[in-house]
Amino acid sequence: MAARMLPSEKDPIQPSSSTTVSITVDGHVATGILGQSIAGIMMAGDRLGFRQTAKLDRPRGVFCGIGVCFDCLVEVNGLSDVRACQRKACDGDVVVTARDPQPRGGAA
Amino acid sequence: MSEVLVIGAGPAGLAAARAASDAGASVVLLDSSDALGGQFWRHLPETRPARNEKYLHHGWSTFRALGEALESSPTVTIIRSAQVWAIEVFDGVAVHAVIGEPDGARRERRVFRPDALVLATGAHDRTLPFPGWDLPGVYTGGAAQALAKGERLAVGERVVVAGAGPFLLPVAQSLTRAGSRVIGVLEANRAARLARGWSPRPWQLLGAAGKGLELAGYAAGHVRHRIPYRLGRAVIAAHGTDRVESVTVAKVDAQWAPIPGTEHTLKVDAVCVSHGFTPRIELAIAAGCELTPNRFVAVDGNQRTTTDGVYAAGEITGIGGVDLALAEGEIAGHFAAGFATESVSAPPTAAIRRRRAFTGFAHRIEAAHGIRSGWSDWLTDSTLICRCEEVDFGSMRAAAAATQSESFRSLKLGTRAGLGICQGRMCGRTSEELLCALNQNRELSDGAMSDRRPLASPLRIGELAHLSSQKTARKGTP
Amino acid sequence: MVGSAIVIGAGIVGAACARSLAMAGLDVTVIDRSTAASATTARGEGNLLVSDKAPGPELVMALAAAKRWPALVRELADELGDGFPGIEYEPKGGLVVATTEDGAAPLLRFAAAQRSAGVDARELSVPEALSLEPDLNPAITAAVHYPQDAQVHPVNAAEALLASARRHGARVRQNVNLSGPILDANGTLLGIATNEGELRADAIIVAAGPWSGEVARTLGVTLPVRPRRGMVLVTSRTPKRIFHKVYDADYVGAVGSGDAALQTSGVVESTESGNVLIGSSREQLGFDDRLRVDTIAQVAAKAIRLFPFLADQAVIRTYGGFRPFMPDHLPLVSPDHRMPGLWHATGHEGAGIGLAPITGELIAALIAGEAAPCDPAPYSLARKSLEPHLTAVA
Repeated sequence: MAARMLPSEKDPIQPSSSTTVSITVDGHVATGILGQSIAGIMMAGDRLGFRQTAKLDRPRGVFCGIGVCFDCLVEVNGLSDVRACQRKACDGDVVVTARDPQPRGGAA
Repeated sequence: MSEVLVIGAGPAGLAAARAASDAGASVVLLDSSDALGGQFWRHLPETRPARNEKYLHHGWSTFRALGEALESSPTVTIIRSAQVWAIEVFDGVAVHAVIGEPDGARRERRVFRPDALVLATGAHDRTLPFPGWDLPGVYTGGAAQALAKGERLAVGERVVVAGAGPFLLPVAQSLTRAGSRVIGVLEANRAARLARGWSPRPWQLLGAAGKGLELAGYAAGHVRHRIPYRLGRAVIAAHGTDRVESVTVAKVDAQWAPIPGTEHTLKVDAVCVSHGFTPRIELAIAAGCELTPNRFVAVDGNQRTTTDGVYAAGEITGIGGVDLALAEGEIAGHFAAGFATESVSAPPTAAIRRRRAFTGFAHRIEAAHGIRSGWSDWLTDSTLICRCEEVDFGSMRAAAAATQSESFRSLKLGTRAGLGICQGRMCGRTSEELLCALNQNRELSDGAMSDRRPLASPLRIGELAHLSSQKTARKGTP
Repeated sequence: MVGSAIVIGAGIVGAACARSLAMAGLDVTVIDRSTAASATTARGEGNLLVSDKAPGPELVMALAAAKRWPALVRELADELGDGFPGIEYEPKGGLVVATTEDGAAPLLRFAAAQRSAGVDARELSVPEALSLEPDLNPAITAAVHYPQDAQVHPVNAAEALLASARRHGARVRQNVNLSGPILDANGTLLGIATNEGELRADAIIVAAGPWSGEVARTLGVTLPVRPRRGMVLVTSRTPKRIFHKVYDADYVGAVGSGDAALQTSGVVESTESGNVLIGSSREQLGFDDRLRVDTIAQVAAKAIRLFPFLADQAVIRTYGGFRPFMPDHLPLVSPDHRMPGLWHATGHEGAGIGLAPITGELIAALIAGEAAPCDPAPYSLARKSLEPHLTAVA
């Protein structure tokens, strides 16, 4: 497992006890800490690929982490093109990852 | 009361808002995030306070003081989760924002027509393409920082940090403090260049004592955690099937060209790569501000841009770090308030002195760490240049050769490089430089620039359409 | 005998002129003050439309162009090979709808007149229209299908025409600035002065789109070409839910209008890359390229009226371009009777991409003295409808 949360009890900055938040990602429940981004919760659950690219069908996930690269786009509650790194998770959020809409050939 | 609008609540924007408020203006501070501090002071959410958060931050007490002053001021309005998506310039500026959860669909629309505007929109990492850089598990340094500071999430257990610049050190530090093992920090530049960049004017480093201390602190941190810091090395490829499993590291020459035969493989589960920063200047361009030849926002001694009533501070005027940003912000806020209230007050001499001390720092970073052209040797034809539209280096070369075009716009539209949803934020400057090199190093001469984005952020069509039926009070314009 | 030509402007019209002239055996030089295919050509949707044109000379040219494009696309592909960026010619057809009760009858009358002029304009019931475009707003009041409408990648098409011109011997010189005419004692144009020296040719063709008025003035004549600005919105990539070029019938009125004030209409289509392009607006503001939020907001509202699902789609970019507007709404493909040696290929407003090939062939035929692909008289500078404008514009 690559990405992981630092447990509060081991954290030198001593965060306060935390409230949890639960979302579903492609139907599976994922739990995080209130205030976390959808991206952070997915990564902590060892989910690094957030979508498959249109042309090469390659996985993509978080890259810039600050809302600039738009690589971490997911569908949230039926709305597409949401940056998972920017959207704070709310209880009950329904996140869907998908293959990007595909261009129909032609020039690159 | 005259109004100063500040866009961006990082160090420069906070300092600007404070100074403008102190100088008697009514201040509105906008930030796209739901917290103050910007990327530099990214911290845990209010719902999860930490007892010892200052351990992760340089200048935390400065941040706390600025934040508290602004939050308690009756003449300062802080609007969080405000995404500015356009600026119009007709007899003053009109700043268009949507307020609500990021990438939402029915956000509140607001139009601001301030008397003066301070742009403090900051910068984001610039990462040069390399084979495999699109794999999950490859991050910019900024991503590692944001997740570590904002969520206490370590992007990997075994991580390499690579690229160029002094800001690789705080990335490594954030990672180790979030529980990662950083197996190396690789700086592309060699010792001789770093020495040339940093040593000719040692008194400047003394003047920038805070900065020297900040970096010295990071260096000490490295010693403590025994992180190898290697010069003249680069990550030239990442490997893995659906996530990064290893990287190829090579020695690079003074121009950053990899030296054949020096490659070796490191097993990692994450790699953080940043080669510098790109200032976020689309709003400044939209506001009509002229740029410097290096494509930062041009400002005078009062942080005034070339557009009347528009000021700029922080990384958009030059990559100089937090202390310079704070000084510039204070100066910008002060003079913006003066412009807005049409009053003259004593110049902020202390901030001006601090700015002078740190100004050299930006030039020195560029001299010591700036990107060198040899890096493109590590590209293969199938390396993606534009991540969004999956345009590889081979098809860019083919299009440039086939059309003999000298136009960035034509090559962009022809290959789709930079046309995706990030709108060239990741690949724009790189595409320009590569196409220029493919074009026998002649300047791409059509004046098209990847930084120009009249729509500064995506917006739902329904949100945009709603404006057509919404009348806004206009000050001084028909 | 005309042996050489200079084309001023390397947009799609200049490129098409250069190709046709080079193929006719002329020695051709194309100059552009900036770079090829990067001004008006790069700022539009790539329309090849018959649907928006009323019976008359412009429709004649559009029908000829609609017939010409498929063969041209094959010729260019054969010449340039697979490595060349794709032209993306797509005969997708147009669907024009009325969105109001009052708008239905005028649309159907317009289509009937077009039919009698040779346009394939098929009146559809609302269910028939919805079977072509299932996501279309069912509240439309009338619909006409135009199978002859098509779309092309305008920049790649222009670059392909230029590359083909080069293969036939033309030279393309980018970043060359025109500074004045070279005239003989009789006022015949012998060549042009530029920042890179003098260039001489038997025919000098102004193909500078909305800047043609400026170029003509530099050469010493007036030309009533004015810039008219249009804005386009681009959405993020989306699954294909729009299959034709779909627009509301207001568009025809906006195209034909001479009004300087802002006019918008909903024009929606998807592209090969998966983005949806949304237009359109027309306003005369000179060469002012500042963003006007009201304009794009109106365009967005009209697009949603056609396709309600677009409301939740993200718009990622907006761009504007200047179209070469003529006071009598007809292209100018003609010698200049006031200055021997000078020719014009301009004034197509928003139709230049589609009309470029025929324009190139017409100008080459006129210059080389060969049979024209259509009657040149309506596109002549000497036409009656332009007379007042040649004197009025000083």
